[in-house]
Amino acid sequence: MARAAVPGGLSPRLVWRAARLVEFRDETPSARTLVFDVPDWPGHLPGQHVDVRLTAEDGYSTERSYSIATPADGTRVALTVQLVQDGEVSPYLTQTLSVGDVIELRGPVGGWFVWRPADTAPVLLIGGGSGVVPLMAMIRARRAAGSKALFRLIYSARTPEDRYYADELRTRARDDFGLDVSYVYTRKTPEGWPLPPRRLGVADVNNGGWPPDFQPACFVCGPTGFVEAVADILIALGHDARRVKTERFGPSGT
Amino acid sequence: MGGIVSPGFRGRRGVEGGEVRLPPGQYLTEDFPVLTAGPTLRVPTDTWEFVIVTETGEKHRWDWQQLMALPSERPTVDLHCVTKWSKLHTSWQGVSLDVLLEGVDTAADYAMVHSYGGYTTNLPYEDLLHGQAWIAYKFDGEDLTPEHGGPARLLVPHLYLWKSAKWVRGITLTDEDTPGFWESAGYHDYGDPWREQRYQGD
Repeated sequence: MARAAVPGGLSPRLVWRAARLVEFRDETPSARTLVFDVPDWPGHLPGQHVDVRLTAEDGYSTERSYSIATPADGTRVALTVQLVQDGEVSPYLTQTLSVGDVIELRGPVGGWFVWRPADTAPVLLIGGGSGVVPLMAMIRARRAAGSKALFRLIYSARTPEDRYYADELRTRARDDFGLDVSYVYTRKTPEGWPLPPRRLGVADVNNGGWPPDFQPACFVCGPTGFVEAVADILIALGHDARRVKTERFGPSGT
Repeated sequence: MGGIVSPGFRGRRGVEGGEVRLPPGQYLTEDFPVLTAGPTLRVPTDTWEFVIVTETGEKHRWDWQQLMALPSERPTVDLHCVTKWSKLHTSWQGVSLDVLLEGVDTAADYAMVHSYGGYTTNLPYEDLLHGQAWIAYKFDGEDLTPEHGGPARLLVPHLYLWKSAKWVRGITLTDEDTPGFWESAGYHDYGDPWREQRYQGD
Protein backbone atom coordinates (compact mmCIF):
# COMPACT_ATOMS: atom_id res chain seq x y z
CA MET A 1 0.00 0.00 0.00
CA ALA A 2 1.18 3.46 -0.79
CA ARG A 3 2.50 5.68 1.89
CA ALA A 4 0.18 8.64 1.83
CA ALA A 5 2.14 11.64 2.93
CA VAL A 6 0.28 14.77 3.85
CA PRO A 7 1.17 17.73 1.64
CA GLY A 8 3.65 20.24 2.87
CA GLY A 9 4.84 17.76 5.45
CA LEU A 10 2.76 16.66 8.35
CA SER A 11 2.89 19.26 11.06
CA PRO A 12 4.24 17.75 14.26
CA ARG A 13 0.94 18.29 15.97
CA LEU A 14 -2.60 18.92 14.78
CA VAL A 15 -3.48 21.83 17.01
CA TRP A 16 -6.96 23.10 17.73
CA ARG A 17 -7.51 26.36 15.92
CA ALA A 18 -10.11 29.07 16.35
CA ALA A 19 -12.41 29.12 13.31
CA ARG A 20 -14.67 32.12 12.76
CA LEU A 21 -17.79 31.68 10.65
CA VAL A 22 -17.63 34.27 7.88
CA GLU A 23 -20.54 33.18 5.71
CA PHE A 24 -23.00 30.38 5.16
CA ARG A 25 -25.44 29.22 2.53
CA ASP A 26 -28.11 26.59 2.55
CA GLU A 27 -27.55 23.81 0.04
CA THR A 28 -30.85 22.08 0.81
CA PRO A 29 -33.50 22.63 3.49
CA SER A 30 -31.39 20.43 5.81
CA ALA A 31 -27.78 21.06 4.74
CA ARG A 32 -25.74 24.19 5.20
CA THR A 33 -22.32 25.16 3.91
CA LEU A 34 -20.29 26.94 6.58
CA VAL A 35 -17.30 29.01 5.50
CA PHE A 36 -14.76 29.59 8.26
CA ASP A 37 -11.75 31.83 8.49
CA VAL A 38 -8.99 29.87 10.21
CA PRO A 39 -5.84 31.92 10.85
CA ASP A 40 -2.63 29.98 10.13
CA TRP A 41 -4.53 27.21 8.33
CA PRO A 42 -1.77 24.98 6.87
CA GLY A 43 -3.69 24.08 3.70
CA HIS A 44 -5.17 20.73 2.70
CA LEU A 45 -5.85 18.36 -0.17
CA PRO A 46 -9.31 17.78 -1.59
CA GLY A 47 -10.86 14.80 0.19
CA GLN A 48 -9.42 15.55 3.59
CA HIS A 49 -11.55 16.34 6.62
CA VAL A 50 -11.39 18.25 9.87
CA ASP A 51 -12.34 17.55 13.43
CA VAL A 52 -14.75 20.08 14.94
CA ARG A 53 -14.99 20.58 18.69
CA LEU A 54 -17.88 22.26 20.47
CA THR A 55 -17.66 23.16 24.13
CA ALA A 56 -20.62 23.93 26.40
CA GLU A 57 -20.56 26.58 29.10
CA ASP A 58 -19.89 24.01 31.82
CA GLY A 59 -16.85 22.69 29.98
CA TYR A 60 -18.46 19.62 28.40
CA SER A 61 -17.16 19.18 24.89
CA THR A 62 -17.62 16.81 22.00
CA GLU A 63 -16.04 16.33 18.59
CA ARG A 64 -17.17 15.33 15.12
CA SER A 65 -15.45 14.94 11.76
CA TYR A 66 -16.58 16.77 8.62
CA SER A 67 -15.25 16.65 5.09
CA ILE A 68 -13.88 19.86 3.63
CA ALA A 69 -15.95 21.02 0.65
CA THR A 70 -13.42 23.31 -1.00
CA PRO A 71 -9.80 23.13 -2.14
CA ALA A 72 -7.12 24.93 -0.19
CA ASP A 73 -7.78 28.68 -0.31
CA GLY A 74 -5.67 30.60 2.15
CA THR A 75 -7.32 30.72 5.53
CA ARG A 76 -10.78 29.75 4.23
CA VAL A 77 -12.19 26.33 5.09
CA ALA A 78 -15.71 25.39 3.98
CA LEU A 79 -17.71 22.48 5.40
CA THR A 80 -21.13 21.32 4.31
CA VAL A 81 -23.00 19.92 7.29
CA GLN A 82 -26.09 17.74 7.00
CA LEU A 83 -28.61 18.26 9.78
CA VAL A 84 -29.14 15.02 11.68
CA GLN A 85 -32.45 15.53 13.49
CA ASP A 86 -31.44 13.84 16.73
CA GLY A 87 -27.78 14.72 16.31
CA GLU A 88 -25.69 16.32 19.01
CA VAL A 89 -23.54 18.66 16.92
CA SER A 90 -25.15 19.17 13.50
CA PRO A 91 -28.26 21.01 14.80
CA TYR A 92 -26.00 23.55 16.48
CA LEU A 93 -23.80 23.99 13.41
CA THR A 94 -26.68 24.27 10.93
CA GLN A 95 -29.24 26.19 12.99
CA THR A 96 -27.54 28.12 15.79
CA LEU A 97 -24.04 29.06 14.67
CA SER A 98 -24.04 32.63 13.32
CA VAL A 99 -21.63 34.71 11.28
CA GLY A 100 -18.90 35.95 13.60
CA ASP A 101 -19.18 33.00 16.00
CA VAL A 102 -16.01 31.08 16.75
CA ILE A 103 -15.66 27.33 17.15
CA GLU A 104 -12.61 25.08 17.25
CA LEU A 105 -11.33 22.81 14.54
CA ARG A 106 -8.16 20.95 13.74
CA GLY A 107 -6.81 19.30 10.67
CA PRO A 108 -6.43 18.54 7.90
CA VAL A 109 -6.96 14.85 8.64
CA GLY A 110 -6.69 11.89 6.32
CA GLY A 111 -4.02 11.36 3.70
CA TRP A 112 -5.63 8.47 1.82
CA PHE A 113 -8.98 9.59 0.41
CA VAL A 114 -7.41 12.48 -1.47
CA TRP A 115 -6.99 13.57 -5.06
CA ARG A 116 -3.81 15.35 -5.99
CA PRO A 117 -4.07 17.92 -8.80
CA ALA A 118 -0.81 16.59 -10.27
CA ASP A 119 -2.49 13.20 -10.90
CA THR A 120 -3.40 12.79 -14.57
CA ALA A 121 -5.36 9.50 -14.43
CA PRO A 122 -9.09 9.63 -15.13
CA VAL A 123 -11.15 10.00 -11.98
CA LEU A 124 -14.47 8.41 -11.10
CA LEU A 125 -16.33 9.99 -8.22
CA ILE A 126 -19.40 8.22 -6.81
CA GLY A 127 -21.22 9.95 -3.99
CA GLY A 128 -24.33 9.09 -2.03
CA GLY A 129 -26.19 11.87 -0.21
CA SER A 130 -23.83 14.08 1.78
CA GLY A 131 -21.00 11.83 0.58
CA VAL A 132 -20.67 14.23 -2.33
CA VAL A 133 -18.91 16.81 -0.13
CA PRO A 134 -15.29 15.60 -0.41
CA LEU A 135 -15.91 14.76 -4.08
CA MET A 136 -17.02 18.34 -4.68
CA ALA A 137 -13.75 19.52 -3.16
CA MET A 138 -11.96 17.43 -5.80
CA ILE A 139 -14.10 18.84 -8.65
CA ARG A 140 -13.45 22.38 -7.47
CA ALA A 141 -9.74 21.68 -7.01
CA ARG A 142 -9.53 20.29 -10.55
CA ARG A 143 -10.78 23.55 -12.01
CA ALA A 144 -8.79 25.72 -9.63
CA ALA A 145 -5.58 23.90 -10.58
CA GLY A 146 -6.37 23.91 -14.31
CA SER A 147 -6.10 20.12 -14.32
CA LYS A 148 -7.09 18.31 -17.50
CA ALA A 149 -7.67 14.98 -15.76
CA LEU A 150 -10.98 13.56 -16.97
CA PHE A 151 -13.57 13.50 -14.20
CA ARG A 152 -16.91 11.75 -13.96
CA LEU A 153 -19.26 12.17 -11.02
CA ILE A 154 -22.16 9.85 -10.32
CA TYR A 155 -24.31 11.40 -7.62
CA SER A 156 -27.04 9.45 -5.87
CA ALA A 157 -29.59 11.62 -4.06
CA ARG A 158 -32.97 10.85 -2.54
CA THR A 159 -34.78 13.57 -4.49
CA PRO A 160 -33.78 16.49 -6.76
CA GLU A 161 -34.29 18.82 -3.78
CA ASP A 162 -31.75 16.83 -1.73
CA ARG A 163 -28.89 17.51 -4.15
CA TYR A 164 -26.06 19.63 -2.78
CA TYR A 165 -24.40 22.21 -5.08
CA ALA A 166 -27.07 21.66 -7.74
CA ASP A 167 -26.60 24.97 -9.57
CA GLU A 168 -22.83 24.87 -9.39
CA LEU A 169 -22.69 21.30 -10.68
CA ARG A 170 -24.98 22.23 -13.56
CA THR A 171 -22.68 25.11 -14.49
CA ARG A 172 -19.52 23.08 -14.08
CA ALA A 173 -20.84 20.17 -16.12
CA ARG A 174 -21.31 22.74 -18.89
CA ASP A 175 -18.13 24.79 -18.46
CA ASP A 176 -15.49 22.57 -16.83
CA PHE A 177 -14.18 20.78 -19.88
CA GLY A 178 -13.71 17.08 -19.17
CA LEU A 179 -16.21 16.88 -16.30
CA ASP A 180 -19.33 14.75 -16.68
CA VAL A 181 -22.06 14.57 -14.05
CA SER A 182 -24.84 12.00 -13.86
CA TYR A 183 -27.54 11.48 -11.26
CA VAL A 184 -29.43 8.64 -9.69
CA TYR A 185 -32.53 9.34 -7.60
CA THR A 186 -33.59 6.87 -4.96
CA ARG A 187 -36.96 8.30 -3.81
CA LYS A 188 -38.24 10.85 -6.28
CA THR A 189 -37.03 11.88 -9.75
CA PRO A 190 -37.33 15.22 -11.55
CA GLU A 191 -40.24 15.72 -13.98
CA GLY A 192 -39.74 13.75 -17.15
CA TRP A 193 -36.85 11.66 -15.81
CA PRO A 194 -36.55 8.54 -17.97
CA LEU A 195 -36.23 6.12 -15.07
CA PRO A 196 -38.17 5.43 -11.87
CA PRO A 197 -36.52 6.13 -8.51
CA ARG A 198 -34.14 3.32 -7.65
CA ARG A 199 -30.85 2.51 -6.03
CA LEU A 200 -27.65 2.98 -7.98
CA GLY A 201 -26.83 -0.20 -9.89
CA VAL A 202 -24.33 -1.83 -12.19
CA ALA A 203 -25.72 -0.08 -15.27
CA ASP A 204 -25.30 3.35 -13.68
CA VAL A 205 -21.67 2.68 -12.82
CA ASN A 206 -21.08 1.19 -16.24
CA ASN A 207 -22.71 4.10 -18.10
CA GLY A 208 -21.65 6.97 -15.90
CA GLY A 209 -18.18 5.71 -15.05
CA TRP A 210 -15.01 4.70 -16.87
CA PRO A 211 -14.06 1.31 -18.26
CA PRO A 212 -11.64 -0.53 -15.95
CA ASP A 213 -9.07 -0.48 -18.79
CA PHE A 214 -8.73 3.26 -18.28
CA GLN A 215 -7.46 2.50 -14.78
CA PRO A 216 -9.37 5.36 -13.22
CA ALA A 217 -8.85 6.46 -9.67
CA CYS A 218 -12.19 5.72 -8.00
CA PHE A 219 -13.47 7.60 -4.97
CA VAL A 220 -16.65 6.38 -3.31
CA CYS A 221 -18.22 8.22 -0.39
CA GLY A 222 -21.55 7.88 1.36
CA PRO A 223 -23.44 5.85 3.91
CA THR A 224 -22.03 2.41 4.66
CA GLY A 225 -24.60 0.40 2.68
CA PHE A 226 -24.15 2.64 -0.35
CA VAL A 227 -20.37 2.42 -0.28
CA GLU A 228 -20.42 -1.35 0.21
CA ALA A 229 -22.74 -1.79 -2.78
CA VAL A 230 -20.83 0.59 -5.07
CA ALA A 231 -17.42 -0.81 -4.17
CA ASP A 232 -18.69 -4.33 -4.85
CA ILE A 233 -20.01 -3.19 -8.25
CA LEU A 234 -16.67 -1.61 -9.16
CA ILE A 235 -14.82 -4.80 -8.27
CA ALA A 236 -17.35 -6.90 -10.21
CA LEU A 237 -16.86 -4.66 -13.24
CA GLY A 238 -13.14 -5.36 -13.10
CA HIS A 239 -11.73 -2.31 -11.35
CA ASP A 240 -8.57 -2.88 -9.36
CA ALA A 241 -9.40 -2.84 -5.64
CA ARG A 242 -6.25 -0.81 -5.04
CA ARG A 243 -7.69 2.03 -7.12
CA VAL A 244 -10.96 2.12 -5.24
CA LYS A 245 -10.78 4.45 -2.26
CA THR A 246 -13.75 4.60 0.05
CA GLU A 247 -15.04 6.78 2.82
CA ARG A 248 -17.98 5.40 4.76
CA PHE A 249 -20.21 7.43 7.00
CA GLY A 250 -20.73 6.02 10.40
CA PRO A 251 -23.67 6.26 12.73
CA SER A 252 -25.04 9.51 11.38
CA GLY A 253 -25.25 8.15 7.85
CA THR A 254 -28.61 8.72 6.23
CA MET B 1 -6.04 26.18 23.12
CA GLY B 2 -8.57 25.35 25.77
CA GLY B 3 -12.17 25.02 24.78
CA ILE B 4 -13.80 28.03 23.15
CA VAL B 5 -17.30 28.03 24.60
CA SER B 6 -20.22 27.94 22.17
CA PRO B 7 -23.06 29.83 23.85
CA GLY B 8 -26.24 27.82 23.69
CA PHE B 9 -24.50 24.55 22.98
CA ARG B 10 -25.48 22.00 25.59
CA GLY B 11 -24.56 18.67 24.13
CA ARG B 12 -26.22 15.45 25.01
CA ARG B 13 -24.36 14.14 28.02
CA GLY B 14 -26.65 12.35 30.36
CA VAL B 15 -29.08 11.62 27.56
CA GLU B 16 -27.39 8.63 26.05
CA GLY B 17 -24.12 8.87 27.91
CA GLY B 18 -25.66 8.47 31.35
CA GLU B 19 -23.02 7.70 33.91
CA VAL B 20 -20.89 5.96 31.32
CA ARG B 21 -17.31 7.12 31.18
CA LEU B 22 -16.02 7.56 27.64
CA PRO B 23 -12.54 8.47 26.42
CA PRO B 24 -12.13 12.19 25.65
CA GLY B 25 -13.82 13.38 22.46
CA GLN B 26 -15.82 10.18 21.97
CA TYR B 27 -19.59 9.76 21.73
CA LEU B 28 -21.76 6.69 22.12
CA THR B 29 -23.36 4.83 19.27
CA GLU B 30 -25.59 1.78 19.23
CA ASP B 31 -24.73 1.07 15.57
CA PHE B 32 -21.64 -0.70 14.45
CA PRO B 33 -20.26 1.65 11.80
CA VAL B 34 -17.89 0.38 9.14
CA LEU B 35 -14.65 2.15 8.36
CA THR B 36 -12.35 0.82 5.71
CA ALA B 37 -10.10 2.54 3.21
CA GLY B 38 -11.29 0.42 0.28
CA PRO B 39 -13.73 -2.25 -0.86
CA THR B 40 -14.74 -5.01 1.53
CA LEU B 41 -12.67 -8.16 1.05
CA ARG B 42 -14.21 -11.60 0.94
CA VAL B 43 -11.68 -14.12 2.16
CA PRO B 44 -12.72 -17.79 1.98
CA THR B 45 -11.89 -19.89 5.03
CA ASP B 46 -10.69 -22.88 2.98
CA THR B 47 -7.62 -20.97 1.84
CA TRP B 48 -7.34 -18.73 4.90
CA GLU B 49 -4.18 -18.84 6.93
CA PHE B 50 -2.66 -16.91 9.78
CA VAL B 51 1.12 -16.65 10.02
CA ILE B 52 3.33 -15.27 12.75
CA VAL B 53 6.87 -14.49 11.62
CA THR B 54 9.47 -13.80 14.29
CA GLU B 55 12.41 -11.41 14.05
CA THR B 56 14.62 -14.39 13.15
CA GLY B 57 12.32 -15.40 10.29
CA GLU B 58 10.76 -18.37 12.07
CA LYS B 59 7.22 -18.96 10.85
CA HIS B 60 4.22 -20.27 12.77
CA ARG B 61 1.21 -21.07 10.61
CA TRP B 62 -2.44 -21.91 11.31
CA ASP B 63 -5.15 -22.74 8.82
CA TRP B 64 -8.82 -22.17 9.59
CA GLN B 65 -9.45 -25.60 11.07
CA GLN B 66 -6.42 -25.31 13.29
CA LEU B 67 -7.58 -21.91 14.52
CA MET B 68 -11.04 -23.30 15.27
CA ALA B 69 -9.47 -26.16 17.25
CA LEU B 70 -7.68 -23.79 19.63
CA PRO B 71 -9.27 -22.82 22.93
CA SER B 72 -11.31 -19.65 22.46
CA GLU B 73 -12.46 -16.86 24.73
CA ARG B 74 -15.58 -14.71 24.70
CA PRO B 75 -14.46 -11.22 25.63
CA THR B 76 -16.96 -8.40 26.11
CA VAL B 77 -15.19 -5.15 25.30
CA ASP B 78 -15.72 -1.48 24.49
CA LEU B 79 -14.71 -0.25 21.04
CA HIS B 80 -13.37 3.25 20.41
CA CYS B 81 -12.98 4.47 16.84
CA VAL B 82 -10.72 7.39 16.00
CA THR B 83 -13.63 8.88 14.02
CA LYS B 84 -15.21 9.57 17.45
CA TRP B 85 -17.78 6.85 17.99
CA SER B 86 -17.61 4.40 20.85
CA LYS B 87 -19.65 1.24 21.16
CA LEU B 88 -19.84 -0.39 24.56
CA HIS B 89 -20.19 -3.99 25.74
CA THR B 90 -19.61 -5.70 22.40
CA SER B 91 -19.29 -9.48 22.63
CA TRP B 92 -16.79 -11.44 20.60
CA GLN B 93 -15.35 -14.90 20.32
CA GLY B 94 -11.80 -15.60 19.32
CA VAL B 95 -8.41 -17.00 20.18
CA SER B 96 -6.23 -15.03 22.56
CA LEU B 97 -2.87 -13.97 21.18
CA ASP B 98 -1.45 -15.39 24.42
CA VAL B 99 -2.42 -18.82 23.08
CA LEU B 100 -1.01 -18.20 19.61
CA LEU B 101 2.23 -16.73 20.91
CA GLU B 102 2.77 -19.39 23.56
CA GLY B 103 5.13 -21.49 21.46
CA VAL B 104 6.70 -18.54 19.67
CA ASP B 105 10.30 -17.82 20.66
CA THR B 106 10.80 -14.08 20.32
CA ALA B 107 12.44 -11.11 21.97
CA ALA B 108 10.81 -8.62 19.59
CA ASP B 109 9.63 -5.24 20.82
CA TYR B 110 7.18 -4.48 18.01
CA ALA B 111 4.60 -6.15 15.84
CA MET B 112 3.34 -5.36 12.35
CA VAL B 113 -0.10 -6.74 11.65
CA HIS B 114 -0.86 -7.68 8.03
CA SER B 115 -4.25 -8.11 6.41
CA TYR B 116 -5.53 -9.67 3.24
CA GLY B 117 -5.71 -6.75 0.80
CA GLY B 118 -2.47 -5.20 2.03
CA TYR B 119 -3.56 -3.21 5.09
CA THR B 120 -1.00 -2.97 7.88
CA THR B 121 -0.92 -1.57 11.38
CA ASN B 122 1.83 -1.51 13.99
CA LEU B 123 1.82 -1.83 17.75
CA PRO B 124 4.19 -2.78 20.56
CA TYR B 125 4.55 -6.54 21.05
CA GLU B 126 3.54 -6.19 24.70
CA ASP B 127 0.10 -4.96 23.64
CA LEU B 128 -0.63 -8.34 22.08
CA LEU B 129 -0.11 -10.14 25.40
CA HIS B 130 -1.79 -10.55 28.78
CA GLY B 131 -5.36 -10.96 27.60
CA GLN B 132 -5.39 -7.74 25.59
CA ALA B 133 -5.65 -9.12 22.04
CA TRP B 134 -7.53 -11.81 20.13
CA ILE B 135 -7.95 -13.21 16.66
CA ALA B 136 -11.74 -12.81 16.66
CA TYR B 137 -14.08 -14.75 14.39
CA LYS B 138 -17.50 -14.28 15.97
CA PHE B 139 -19.39 -11.11 16.86
CA ASP B 140 -22.57 -11.27 18.92
CA GLY B 141 -22.59 -15.03 18.55
CA GLU B 142 -22.55 -14.91 14.72
CA ASP B 143 -19.76 -15.50 12.25
CA LEU B 144 -17.92 -12.22 11.72
CA THR B 145 -19.18 -10.64 8.48
CA PRO B 146 -16.76 -9.44 5.78
CA GLU B 147 -17.83 -5.80 6.41
CA HIS B 148 -16.53 -6.09 9.94
CA GLY B 149 -13.38 -7.96 9.00
CA GLY B 150 -14.49 -11.58 8.77
CA PRO B 151 -13.62 -14.34 8.62
CA ALA B 152 -11.20 -13.15 11.30
CA ARG B 153 -9.85 -9.85 12.55
CA LEU B 154 -7.43 -8.76 15.19
CA LEU B 155 -9.20 -7.38 18.25
CA VAL B 156 -7.12 -5.03 20.44
CA PRO B 157 -9.86 -2.95 22.06
CA HIS B 158 -7.60 -0.96 24.39
CA LEU B 159 -6.34 0.89 21.31
CA TYR B 160 -8.32 2.84 18.68
CA LEU B 161 -10.14 0.46 16.40
CA TRP B 162 -7.94 0.93 13.34
CA LYS B 163 -5.37 -1.19 15.21
CA SER B 164 -7.88 -4.08 15.23
CA ALA B 165 -7.01 -5.04 11.66
CA LYS B 166 -9.80 -6.57 9.59
CA TRP B 167 -9.18 -9.67 7.42
CA VAL B 168 -6.04 -10.37 9.41
CA ARG B 169 -3.57 -12.78 7.83
CA GLY B 170 -0.46 -12.48 9.93
CA ILE B 171 1.80 -10.69 12.35
CA THR B 172 5.48 -9.95 11.82
CA LEU B 173 7.52 -9.46 14.98
CA THR B 174 10.35 -6.96 14.72
CA ASP B 175 12.98 -5.15 16.75
CA GLU B 176 12.19 -1.81 15.14
CA ASP B 177 8.88 0.07 15.05
CA THR B 178 7.65 0.76 11.51
CA PRO B 179 4.48 2.74 10.80
CA GLY B 180 1.55 0.88 9.23
CA PHE B 181 -1.07 2.14 6.78
CA TRP B 182 -2.86 4.83 8.79
CA GLU B 183 0.18 5.48 10.95
CA SER B 184 2.02 6.53 7.76
CA ALA B 185 -0.85 8.87 6.93
CA GLY B 186 -0.58 10.96 10.08
CA TYR B 187 -2.39 8.85 12.64
CA HIS B 188 -0.82 8.15 15.99
CA ASP B 189 1.76 5.41 16.34
CA TYR B 190 0.19 3.96 19.50
CA GLY B 191 -3.42 5.18 19.58
CA ASP B 192 -4.55 5.10 23.20
CA PRO B 193 -8.15 6.43 23.29
CA TRP B 194 -7.91 7.43 26.94
CA ARG B 195 -4.98 9.72 26.12
CA GLU B 196 -6.72 10.81 22.90
CA GLN B 197 -3.77 9.81 20.75
CA ARG B 198 -5.55 10.27 17.44
CA TYR B 199 -2.88 11.91 15.32
CA GLN B 200 0.89 12.17 15.28
CA GLY B 201 2.01 14.47 18.05
CA ASP B 202 -1.09 13.93 20.22
